Amino acid sequence: MTETVERNNRIARNADRVGLGAMILASICLVALGAHWVSGPMVSVIVLVLVAVIVGVLVLAYTGGPEARRLLAPYGLLKPGMLWLALFFLAPVWSLLRISLSTKESRFSVNYNFSWAFENYTKAFSDFGKQFEHAFVYAAIATVLTILIGYPLAYVIAFRGGKYKNILLGLVVVPFFTSYLIRTIAWSTILADRGIVVRALNAVGLERLFEWMHIMDNGKLLNTPAAVIGGLTYNFLPFMLLPIYVSLEKIDTNLVNAAGDLYSSASRAFRKVVLPLSIPGVFAGTLLTFIPAAGDFVNAQFLGNPNTSMIGNSIQDQFLKQNNYPVASAMAAVLMVSIATLVLLYTRIFGTEDLA
Amino acid sequence: MGESASDVIVLDHVSKRYGDFVAVHDANFSIGSGEFFAMLGPSGCGKTTTLKMIAGFEQPTSGRVLLDGVDVSDVPPYKRNVNTVFQQYALFPHMTVFDNVAFGPRSKKVDESKIKTSVMEMLEIVRLSEFAKRKPSQLSGGQQQRVALARALVNYPSALLLDEPLAALDLKLREAMQIELKRIQREVGISFIFVTHDQGEALTMSDRIAVMSQGHVEQIGTPQEIYRSPASLFVAGFIGSANLLPGTVKSHEGNDVVVALKSGSTIRVAGQAQAHSVGAPVSVMLRPERLRPSNQADGTGQSLQGTLTDLVFQGATARMIVRLSDGTELTCLADSSARMPQMQVGTSMNVSWDVDGGYVLAGWPDKAGSTSTDVDHIESTL
Repeated sequence: MTETVERNNRIARNADRVGLGAMILASICLVALGAHWVSGPMVSVIVLVLVAVIVGVLVLAYTGGPEARRLLAPYGLLKPGMLWLALFFLAPVWSLLRISLSTKESRFSVNYNFSWAFENYTKAFSDFGKQFEHAFVYAAIATVLTILIGYPLAYVIAFRGGKYKNILLGLVVVPFFTSYLIRTIAWSTILADRGIVVRALNAVGLERLFEWMHIMDNGKLLNTPAAVIGGLTYNFLPFMLLPIYVSLEKIDTNLVNAAGDLYSSASRAFRKVVLPLSIPGVFAGTLLTFIPAAGDFVNAQFLGNPNTSMIGNSIQDQFLKQNNYPVASAMAAVLMVSIATLVLLYTRIFGTEDLA
Repeated sequence: MGESASDVIVLDHVSKRYGDFVAVHDANFSIGSGEFFAMLGPSGCGKTTTLKMIAGFEQPTSGRVLLDGVDVSDVPPYKRNVNTVFQQYALFPHMTVFDNVAFGPRSKKVDESKIKTSVMEMLEIVRLSEFAKRKPSQLSGGQQQRVALARALVNYPSALLLDEPLAALDLKLREAMQIELKRIQREVGISFIFVTHDQGEALTMSDRIAVMSQGHVEQIGTPQEIYRSPASLFVAGFIGSANLLPGTVKSHEGNDVVVALKSGSTIRVAGQAQAHSVGAPVSVMLRPERLRPSNQADGTGQSLQGTLTDLVFQGATARMIVRLSDGTELTCLADSSARMPQMQVGTSMNVSWDVDGGYVLAGWPDKAGSTSTDVDHIESTL
């Protein structure tokens, strides 16, 4: 009797370790299920283990007293997210990496044989190098454009918006209540060869200038790289604007007054005070814009031409049309790793301690 | 108002209106070189607006602001040789203490080597040399306050403007910083103009005080003048605590004024006969510390009778509330050691004072009696 109590106390005191262990075990179970590590009767065994782990932790929380519950609480709060990620992120990534190293017997076969087939990666690079380049160059240009457009807009709303602040922010966000696809298709109408923009440019005679700037191509605005970049810029603008707005909004206007009081002109006050304090917003906005833009395929599909395809288009094509899962997976893996590397580098160079 | 060559700042009939609202009405005074000058008043009295007009963050609707004899009414803040210590300090959070202090000289493109010496010198004066490499967020409130001071003073402005500089500090630290501020001001010899709603702070630190109310400057004078001879009922009630007894001037006796109080008693106040004609509605101000409450009539000077309703021991002093027959409450502040034990709440009391202990003011207060027991009054002054 006393031994049982003693043992229970020990478990309760170490409830945090129990919680961590249970979370890891449950995650492994979910990845095993999601990534098809097991088959047949083993599936039921894994499911049983999963249920037992969760029930066990709940029992410990219920019987272990307040101390055990306090120790378990963080893991209890982490668990839903962790398990979600295990099932819907870790398991698919595992499958993706596995398929990227597999081969198929024929194009129409549904079975993959895992065979360390690195030629999928060679193929991804050799056949789709251009698309990778487009993805990163277009996304980078679009990101810079969203900063150039978004920063002044956010600045005006944050510092000069007054009582109209919320209305102005609303106006920025409202178009995004419409579907992403619809908005992009709408742009293809706007930029069409006989659409309003091209006709206006022709009427004013600006098409020469636009041709010279490589924005227009043989009198066309639609189906050019510029249209794809424009679409990306338009679609990701709020993801740049909102974080910048938040960081500008937080700046105490007295800091600007103080800079003025200390003999700084308005432009020096901006450079030395406002800009450095809003950099975390620009940083966050850049990540929120560049990452999805690099993987985007909608804009290139509706606003571009076959020569402006981005890697997202190729991945979609290989997966859904060519049914070539191994090469598609290899491309997706390369995209993921390159973006992760770029983001890490970017964080190292420009990252601020506020974000770390 | 006489303008002298040593005046650093002159406000020449300055007014500020926002639409129909008059924030500052005809402020007309000057501040001398090396002076510690306070603008005191309840919130919304126009003191901060006045400060902002001196700093250049606001432009006067009419009138002129002169700085070192030059009209600066249209000169932007960054071209004025005054610096401000902001209420919440407004230190740049992304810069070290050193960079914060060096911000002004760097704006003026002073030599970096000269900046280093002057910044370290100023940090020495505010006793923060060893904190130069810290960020503001790593400092306590009092230290941040001193960084803000150093950041402004390193520019050796003609005048330093302080907006409620101690409001964010707790009581003990505030008292220590009052002495510290005074020391720093003496050391650098720059005029300090500070805005506060705390009359104790103003009395402790200032050479002169401008008391403001609803956009008007009610009185300008040394702390002693303002405390002893307030120019209005507002000033009397705002500075320290006062017992205000309404009545009418009954007669003059030589230079003294005889006042028939509304409560029925008649009392005499020394001097002031010229200022108040017979029949005029007036109030007699009695400072709590000038009153002598006791169980027996002591037969000297002026006196009133009442009942002791409350007695609060405060350490060195005891605060007593005596209710007069008509219900008016008087606050008395007495030495706590002597006769306290015999005094019981409910006993009848004789409150006396010397004939020069009262002060006559024109007009009647909203509420007769002690200002320090009236919660509404105190709240309206905060």
